[in-house]
Amino acid sequence: MAVAEEVKSKGGNKYSLIVPTYNERLNIALLVYLVFKHLRDVDFEIIIVDDGSPDGTQDVVQQVQRVYGEDRILLRARPKKLGLGTAYAHGLKHASGNFVVIMDADLSHHPKYLPSFIKKQQETGASIVTGTRYVRGGGVHGWNLMRKLTSRGANVLAHTLLWPGVSDLTGSFRLYRKSVLQDLIESCVSKGYVFQMEMIVRASRKGYHIEEVPITFVDRVFGSSKLGGSEIVEYLKGLTFLLVTT
Amino acid sequence: MKHIVKIITLLVTISALWTGLLQMSLVPRSHIWLLPIYFIVALGCYGLLMVGIGLMRFPTCPKEALLLQQDISEAKEFLKQSGIDVGSD
Ligand SMILES: Nc1nc2c(ncn2[C@@H]2O[C@H](COP(=O)(O)OP(=O)(O)OP(=O)(O)O)[C@@H](O)[C@H]2O)c(=O)[nH]1
Ligand SMILES: [Mg+2]
Repeated sequence: MAVAEEVKSKGGNKYSLIVPTYNERLNIALLVYLVFKHLRDVDFEIIIVDDGSPDGTQDVVQQVQRVYGEDRILLRARPKKLGLGTAYAHGLKHASGNFVVIMDADLSHHPKYLPSFIKKQQETGASIVTGTRYVRGGGVHGWNLMRKLTSRGANVLAHTLLWPGVSDLTGSFRLYRKSVLQDLIESCVSKGYVFQMEMIVRASRKGYHIEEVPITFVDRVFGSSKLGGSEIVEYLKGLTFLLVTT
Repeated sequence: MKHIVKIITLLVTISALWTGLLQMSLVPRSHIWLLPIYFIVALGCYGLLMVGIGLMRFPTCPKEALLLQQDISEAKEFLKQSGIDVGSD
């Protein structure tokens, strides 16, 4: 499970990591440190899209910029909480790499897996590499029975109805070719939780080459979840929406 | 083709086969009338079974949580030396 691989940027590839944050003061600096630790020989930049977090996330980002440089850590803040989907689009506008990685700031997406995403892309030439928790070498830690049950139920339902061709639909740790992400963001309309599922289902329908790498997911240690209780209803609506539009 | 169309096509094909069976009446009709119910029950069982198997085999990774703790302390150590505020806890 441990990933000690080394990767090197090939052919002038550059990777833009888009990290949306909302109240991630405790996590963001740790994340940046771990990214630099695991991507030594790779050309990359980290674009942090902060939605005016009241906890001072941006102050920490500015401190981190002084250590790692403003050319490596880009703070592209927005004035108020405008949601995740538009946060990716906003980050993408500022991305200078030809590949984009989307990851959460809360350390549930561990930077140690970044080399395996990049390697997989280099080996297969895929347009999308998506992290999956539900294969050998993957896993989840810190979920109670209820959370596991909803996750499995949602997964079975989605697979029976949508035949998506990828095992982990709602995970959001992914690497995209920049042009592909641009295309997908333009064609996706969902908000919030369903957005990740819509992105990958549309990608699969459009015939993009998708590869998977196992990742482990440790539930957030610091800070609190921003997802509301009406998750399940939203999910079912999203599923129906995808059934009739893709 | 929209995905819902695929699913509807599949259902229509199945019902066509079913009406075909009804008309041929090779087997007693009462059995054939019950087929849709069997189908729905089978589908439900399949769903429950898959969720059950998924739950039983749910991949967990307690080791990863420990490794993450180590990574966090390592990162905090470095960040403190660089004068970055990483919170007190
Ligand atoms: N810019 C921006 N980032 C957000 C917003 N909502 C959430 N995020 C960030 O998006 C990432 C994922 O959000 P999470 O709250 O971790 O969502 P989750 O992983 O589904 O839920 P938990 O980990 O259980 O809390 C984190 O890095 C958040 O800081 C938002 O409205 N705007
Ligand atoms: Mg999270």
